[in-house]
Amino acid sequence: MSAPLSPQTETVTPEPAGARSSRDLTRWLPTVRDTLVAIVLAFAVGALLIIVSDEESLEALGNIIDHPGSFLVYLGDFVRHSASAVFDGYSALVLGSVGSASSLERTLERSAPLICAGLGVALAFRAGMFNIGAQGQALVAALAAGYVGFTFDLPFLVHLCAAVAAALLAGGLWGGVVGLLKARTGAHEVITTIMLNQVARFVVLFFLAKEAFQRPGSNNLETPVVAESARFPQVFGLHLGIVLAVLAAVGVWWLLERSRLGFEMRAVGSNPEAARTAGMSVAKVYVAAMALAGMLSGLAACMTVLGLSQSVTENVMGSVGFDAITVALLGRATPLGTVLAGLLFGALSAGGVRMQTSAGIPPDLIQVVQALIVLFVAAPALVRGLTRVRRRTTTETKEAGA
Amino acid sequence: MRLEIHGLTKRFGTFTANDAIDLVVEPGEVHCLLGENGAGKSTLMNMLYGLLEPTEGTIELDGKPVSFDGPGDALAAGVGMVHQHFMLVPVFTVAENVMLGREQTRAGGVLDRNAARAKVRELSERYGLKVDPDALVEDLPVGVQQRVEIIKALANQAEILILDEPTAVLTPQEIDELMDIMRELKAQGTSIIFITHKLREVKAVGDKISVIRRGKVVGTASPDASEAELAELMVGRSVSLVVDKDAARPGAAVLSVRDLTVIDPRGHMVVKDVSFEARAGEVLGIAGVQGNGQTEMIKSLLGLVRPDAGVIELDGRDISRHGPRQSLEDGIGYIPEDRSHDGFVGTFSVRENLVLDLYRSDEFSSGPRLRLGAIEENARARIAEFDIRTESPETPVASLSGGNQQKVVVAREFARDLKVLIASQPTRGVDVGSIEFIHRRIVESRDSGTAVIIVSTELDEIYALSDRIAVMYDGRIVAVVGPDTPREQMGLLMAGAVPDQPTTSSDGAVA
Repeated sequence: MSAPLSPQTETVTPEPAGARSSRDLTRWLPTVRDTLVAIVLAFAVGALLIIVSDEESLEALGNIIDHPGSFLVYLGDFVRHSASAVFDGYSALVLGSVGSASSLERTLERSAPLICAGLGVALAFRAGMFNIGAQGQALVAALAAGYVGFTFDLPFLVHLCAAVAAALLAGGLWGGVVGLLKARTGAHEVITTIMLNQVARFVVLFFLAKEAFQRPGSNNLETPVVAESARFPQVFGLHLGIVLAVLAAVGVWWLLERSRLGFEMRAVGSNPEAARTAGMSVAKVYVAAMALAGMLSGLAACMTVLGLSQSVTENVMGSVGFDAITVALLGRATPLGTVLAGLLFGALSAGGVRMQTSAGIPPDLIQVVQALIVLFVAAPALVRGLTRVRRRTTTETKEAGA
Repeated sequence: MRLEIHGLTKRFGTFTANDAIDLVVEPGEVHCLLGENGAGKSTLMNMLYGLLEPTEGTIELDGKPVSFDGPGDALAAGVGMVHQHFMLVPVFTVAENVMLGREQTRAGGVLDRNAARAKVRELSERYGLKVDPDALVEDLPVGVQQRVEIIKALANQAEILILDEPTAVLTPQEIDELMDIMRELKAQGTSIIFITHKLREVKAVGDKISVIRRGKVVGTASPDASEAELAELMVGRSVSLVVDKDAARPGAAVLSVRDLTVIDPRGHMVVKDVSFEARAGEVLGIAGVQGNGQTEMIKSLLGLVRPDAGVIELDGRDISRHGPRQSLEDGIGYIPEDRSHDGFVGTFSVRENLVLDLYRSDEFSSGPRLRLGAIEENARARIAEFDIRTESPETPVASLSGGNQQKVVVAREFARDLKVLIASQPTRGVDVGSIEFIHRRIVESRDSGTAVIIVSTELDEIYALSDRIAVMYDGRIVAVVGPDTPREQMGLLMAGAVPDQPTTSSDGAVA
């Protein structure tokens, strides 16, 4: 016990300012590497799918089997065709997502709501809860934002703020209820959020059928268009949504890492017993975390309703609330990770359109790639197994030597 | 089957959980392992059952050395274990649970339930284990579920049966039934290792008794030893801890508890009409064998458990309805008995854990914002002052050694002005150097006028620190005595044998 005394006292001395950040970096390095490997693997599988759905490649493959004598000729054909199919597809994806100002803008537009709703899932996760309810929270918020947006007639900024506030309130309540149920009755948040997603869907349908929410002269269930004064403006040529999303990420980072409430959230998320013994209110943390998560989903809804679609329909949120779970998972429930994951998914979604039009690859491929990324991220053992073979042999020789 | 263990040792990092344990279990013997939680019984059994790999030493069955690479190997060799928490599938029937893992099938892969039923009937008749093979496990009372576990082990031809604190979950009547079953098993040649910390049970069925303390076998006894002797052996006298301290100068009563009663969620009354006073500048030790209501009593003082009756007063103010946050603000410091359960957040850094219950103060936060600078400074100061061996303040506490984890908790609790310090098992699983250090700080805290309450199942620790000792047995304080009380008498009190003379201590405190 006393032997390691002398070397260990050194570590207590103050260290240079840069030391902590470099240690953080080394701690995150394996995670970053695993994530990158997962993304590369997913694209590799995606490439295989492109090849087997490319007619020219398939024809060449058929020729190899039919004419084994000319094996090399047709193999060359096959390689050439499949390489060009993969190249065409993925270059369209890149061009369609970041290749021009307009495609970049589309990427950011699609990323913003994903990032916001993803932050909501990540925040709840850090407080120890699995929020499956971003979809429902976003839907009720969309309805609230839309209602304020098309019903009232207010000056420009006031109207926008009122619509956003309505969305945050609705989303926050829809999420907060989940926290309250968990704190008061022990109801598991996975069950309640899934159920509230359904409730939200039908609440929206109910209201859309009301006359006050019906667009005049339309036979579809859709609301009137949101007034000009409640729409998101452009800020320095950027869609306001992405600015807000980045601000929200900074806010969530500050909350988690720098604030009292965030300290409590992380403590409760990691060891609720110790948190309670230390005098924290676990109930308060559950309610606060879920309400904030709902508000972040509400912000995502604003970006859609007050930005892109400018009216509310049953499907206005698409599957943003569910993609948000994937984004948060890929981003390891950290604000920076969620932003990066949201940008990636936004880019995939924007580039998928171009991939379909110019390379003729069905957009479903994007969903497959997204799903594969998450699959590989969720199975780190698989990814490590694929990349480890060399490292294990080196450690084995080391152990044998010792 | 004869089991022999030679020099079995298990180390986790620098912490030695089992230190050169020797043990022999003869065929058809009930061998009792007596020891408090954290003494190392579970580590030993997990090695026997193939869940942990020994660092050193050998296990021999009938003279042949064996090494288990998982519970499967242990089962195949004839070692069966009934865990404290049952490993049964609640929605399966008894027969289905018993066949689980070695299902017999008939032609076409159809499960042969009849064979399993017959097996259950045969075993239950042979050993007097009354169980209906077709009952659903979830419908059975706990005592019967335990029988199913025993049948499961027997169906697997277990010749050595490990029972890990089997009576902890049973009612007194079920305990009697279990004792009968154990006698029957023994009569038919099964060896049993019976783990417990209840003296009475050991005396009722044991053939041989080994006592484990701090990872070592500290003694063996035969069941005709008195409960007092066993109690003493269990809580120790071999290691004598000496704490350098002056005589206490007790002041006014700070914390006074009257008629405190706590009923646990199962409806058992675990703390019964407890009354005592803790005085400024004095250490009150609470001695007793584990499971006699100490844990629940302390939790109710902290507000972690609502008392069902009685009054807790701090400086004359009733605090019995206060929750943990108010108790902290009232000036009560708490070192919990199981630090990793509720003493710290393992994933949090040393720096963060050092302010886990202080972050609300103006020193460490302003408005909603944490003052990271102050938190960092506090961490450096505490790490230096308490000699916490950590790579840096950023290191997660979960990766520190037990002693250093405990120092983090102690450093945090000593960081504010305390009226009362409650320390539960303050040195459990802590290395010798840290024990001394923690004891010294506790005495210093006493000398600065704090009322200190120490709960320990280690009699040495109680003697080393206490100025007065309250002994708990079966939810009651059976006596309050001075620190010069002979160990023999202490043992008797802890075993529930209340002496004839009035249990009023020299300084007038009433039991």
